[in-house]
Amino acid sequence: MKSFFKRRLVLARLAALFALPLLTLRRAHAQSEALDAMVAKITGGAPLRSGRVKLEIPVLADNGNSVSLRVAVDSPMTPASYVKSIHLIAPKNPRPNVAAFFFGVGAGRAQISTRIRLSGSQGVLAIAALSDGSFWSATAEVAVTVSACWDAS
Amino acid sequence: MAARIAVPANARRGDNIEIRVAIQHPMETGYRTDDNGTAIPKNVINKLACRYNGVEVFRAEMGSGISANPYLSFFIVAGSSGELRFDWVDDSGVAGSERAAILVAG
Repeated sequence: MKSFFKRRLVLARLAALFALPLLTLRRAHAQSEALDAMVAKITGGAPLRSGRVKLEIPVLADNGNSVSLRVAVDSPMTPASYVKSIHLIAPKNPRPNVAAFFFGVGAGRAQISTRIRLSGSQGVLAIAALSDGSFWSATAEVAVTVSACWDAS
Repeated sequence: MAARIAVPANARRGDNIEIRVAIQHPMETGYRTDDNGTAIPKNVINKLACRYNGVEVFRAEMGSGISANPYLSFFIVAGSSGELRFDWVDDSGVAGSERAAILVAG
């Protein structure tokens, strides 16, 4: 009888050992699903291709409350071919949709600079919507030393 | 809401000119509490538009992910002399606006 319980204990421990990475995997999966939904909201289901977008952001950010970045899209910005909008997504932020920028006829370059908040280290995503209906993106991993949302500033 | 806007006073027609905007605003996330522990409601500048002689050339829709005292830089093509007008509004409905004159030669 005693050995039976022991055997069960060992089995339980083994199961727990295997379940742990599974759980974290599932969490990562749920997060990527949420990201996919956010991207789909912007693209409307159109394929998102990587390229044409340049996302300049520091690899290491000391303070997540203010991380400067620049997004530049390769586009002639003529009435025939232009960038309609640029979208910024920080997947691990409590509100991942950081901002959207829309360009009118008089916009000379598909380029913006701003400062954003980052709640922890994550891959920041920039999506450009072009006038021909295509969507292009760039991702940049940022390591954040002091996350936004932790201190009260 | 105090704002600083940098627009080159002179430009040549066809030039790409950089416009820089910085507005004093806490961009309250809604996740902070005050000294008494009560939540400070979310209040961010959610929209900023730039119009060049009445035509919208740039618009930003922002959330709580934009840092306090939001800073923006973008480019417009110098067309004709006139006025750049900036309008923004925050979640509490407080609106601000600023204008800058631009002289285009050529």
